[in-house]
Amino acid sequence: MTTQRTATVVLDPTDEREPIRRQLAGRPEHLTGTIGLLDISKPRGNVLLDQIERRIHERYPALEVKRYRKPTFAKPAPEDLRRQIAEECGFVIEALAD
Amino acid sequence: MSTVTATLPAFGLDDQHGTWRTFPSGRPALLVFVHEECPTCGLSMPLIEAAHRAFGTALDIWAIGQDAEGNAALIERHDLTGPLLDDSELKVSFAYGFDTVPTVILAGGDGAEISRFVGFGRDDWRALFGELAARSGLPAPELDWAAYPDSRPGCGSRAVEPGIYERLVAESEGSPLRARRIEIAPDDDVAEFFYDQGLTDGLPVVPPTPERVLRMLGGTRRDSQEVVAVVPPNLAPATVEKIAINAVLAGCRPEYLPVVIAAVEAMCTDEFNIHGVSATTMGATPLIIVNGPIRHRIGMNMRLGALGAGNRANASIGRAVRLVLRNVGGGKPGGTERSTLGNSMKYTACFAEWEERSPWEPLHVERGFAPEDSVVTLFAATGQNLLVDQTSRTAKQLGGSFGLKLEAVYHPKGHPGGDVFVAVCPEHIDTLWRDGYTKEQLRERIQEITARPIRELLADDDSGAGIPAGRFSGDELDRPLPKFGSTANIHLVVAGADAGKFSMIFDGWASGPIGSIPTSRKIEEVS
Repeated sequence: MTTQRTATVVLDPTDEREPIRRQLAGRPEHLTGTIGLLDISKPRGNVLLDQIERRIHERYPALEVKRYRKPTFAKPAPEDLRRQIAEECGFVIEALAD
Repeated sequence: MSTVTATLPAFGLDDQHGTWRTFPSGRPALLVFVHEECPTCGLSMPLIEAAHRAFGTALDIWAIGQDAEGNAALIERHDLTGPLLDDSELKVSFAYGFDTVPTVILAGGDGAEISRFVGFGRDDWRALFGELAARSGLPAPELDWAAYPDSRPGCGSRAVEPGIYERLVAESEGSPLRARRIEIAPDDDVAEFFYDQGLTDGLPVVPPTPERVLRMLGGTRRDSQEVVAVVPPNLAPATVEKIAINAVLAGCRPEYLPVVIAAVEAMCTDEFNIHGVSATTMGATPLIIVNGPIRHRIGMNMRLGALGAGNRANASIGRAVRLVLRNVGGGKPGGTERSTLGNSMKYTACFAEWEERSPWEPLHVERGFAPEDSVVTLFAATGQNLLVDQTSRTAKQLGGSFGLKLEAVYHPKGHPGGDVFVAVCPEHIDTLWRDGYTKEQLRERIQEITARPIRELLADDDSGAGIPAGRFSGDELDRPLPKFGSTANIHLVVAGADAGKFSMIFDGWASGPIGSIPTSRKIEEVS
C-alpha cells in the first residue's frame, strides 16, 4: 500500500500584503568553504558557469568550487542531488542559460 | 484559425472613455483579449487599431485589456483610437475560458462564434482582415504585412495565474471564500509552517483549511466579504472571512464567530483605540466580557475558573481577537506592539458575566442594552490583581477593602488611576448585597476610602512616583483626592465560583479620549 502525500491547502489569515512562502535562508556576510555551481542542463549553461568558476578562483582563491548538473532543465532537481548539494556546499549558484 | 459555432458569453464592460459596451450588440464583433505586459499583444495592437479604423463604422472592433494601468499604457504606446475595454476584474476573460493572450475571436451579431485564433499569426490576421471586409462591405486597408513575423506565441492570460484563477473559480461558483490559498508542501510540517510564517501567538494553531473556514462561516449570517472593521496598525480591512480564518486558527467553534466579529468591531473603534492599546509599553490588551443569552448558547464559563483556563469558548474567542490584531492588523511584538513586559492576557482574555448570580444590573444593561441582547464589552487591561478578603462581614468593610486594594492600581500614589474593571466573586456579592449595596454604593465607598489629602500623594524621598511637588500649595494640599476621576471609571461585573472570597481587579491603561474608553457592541443573533 502506498501513502499518497498531498499538499495541505489553507487560507491566508493575513491582509495579504506580504507574500506567504518559505523564507529565504540567512545570507552570510563572507564567502567561505565550498560553493556549488549547478548547471540546469540548458544549452551553454556550462559556458556561463565556466566563466563564473574562473572569476571565483580569481577573487576567492580559498573557496572550493564543486560542479553539479541536473539531468533535465524541464524538471526540478532530483531530491538526491538537492541533498548532495546541501551537504557538500555552503552556497550554490544556479545557471539559467539558453 | 478554427471555425466553430457556439454562442459566446454575453458581457458588458466600460471602454477607456467610460462608455458601457455590451456584447452581443447586434453587429458582428472582433474581440481581442490582450494584456499590456505581453509582447505578442503589443505586436497585435496596431492591427487591432487598423481594423477599427477600416471597419469600426460597421463592426464592433474591441480590444479587451486585462488590467487598468496596462490599458492606459497600451493606449499611449499605440495611439489607440478604438475601444479598449477594461476587464481588470478578469470576469469576462475567465468566462471565455482561454489560457493565452492575445485570443482573437470573431463573432456574429447574435453572439455566435465564427472563428478564433490565439497568439500572433500573420496569415490568421490577413484572413481575418478579408473576413472583416466581406462582413462590413468595406475595403480592407493596405498593410505592410511583410513587416510582421510569421507567427509568435502568446503569453499566459492573467485569469489563469495562480491565486487569481482560484479566486475567479470561487466567485463564479458563488463560494464565500476569497482569501489567498496557500499550499503547504507535503514535506512541510503544517504546524511548523504557521510558526515559520509568524502567524501564531506562540501556541499551535488549527490549520484554516477551506473546509474548516466554510464551516466557521456557517456561524454567521453576515456576508463573508463584508468588511467588519479596519484593523490597526496596518489599517487592513477585516472581512468576515478573514475573521473566520483567524477564528479557525484560534480553535473557535462556528457558533462563537458572532462574538469574535462583534469584539473585532468594538476593538477597532476610535474610542477603544487598539492602536494605542497594543503599542503602549504598559502592556495593555483587550479584556473581553460577554453578556446576554449567547453566554449559555455557546457554553461560556462565568463560574468556577471563569478567568481561565479550560473553557473552549472563553479561551478561543479571546485568542481569535488577538490573532485578528496580529495577522490582519499586523500588530506584532517588537513591531508596533511595544510592551515592556507583555502580559499573559495577550494570549487570550475573555469571560462571561454570571448575570443570574448577581442582584445588580448586568454590565450590558447598565451600558444601555436590553437584557435579552447579547453584547460584548472590551476593556483595555494591563494586569490582574487578586483581592483576598475572607473576613469582612459587612458591605462597608468589604467596600473599604476593595478601596484599599484598588489604591494599588497604577501605583498607590497614582491618583487618578484611570479606569478599572472588577470581577466580583459570588461570596463577595453576597456580603455586599446582604447590606443592600448597589453598584453605585460600592463605587462611592471605593472613592471614599481611597480619598487621601494631596500632601500624602506627593512624590517624595520614599517614592519618586506621585504628584510632583509644587503643583499644589497651601490649603490645596489638604484637599482629599479619591483614586478615580469619577465613579464611572469603576466597572463591575459578577463572576466566579460559589466558593471563595477572592475578587479580581483588572488594572486599566490610559483613560478617556486620550487613551481607551471601554466599548460595547451588540452580538448578532443567529439562532
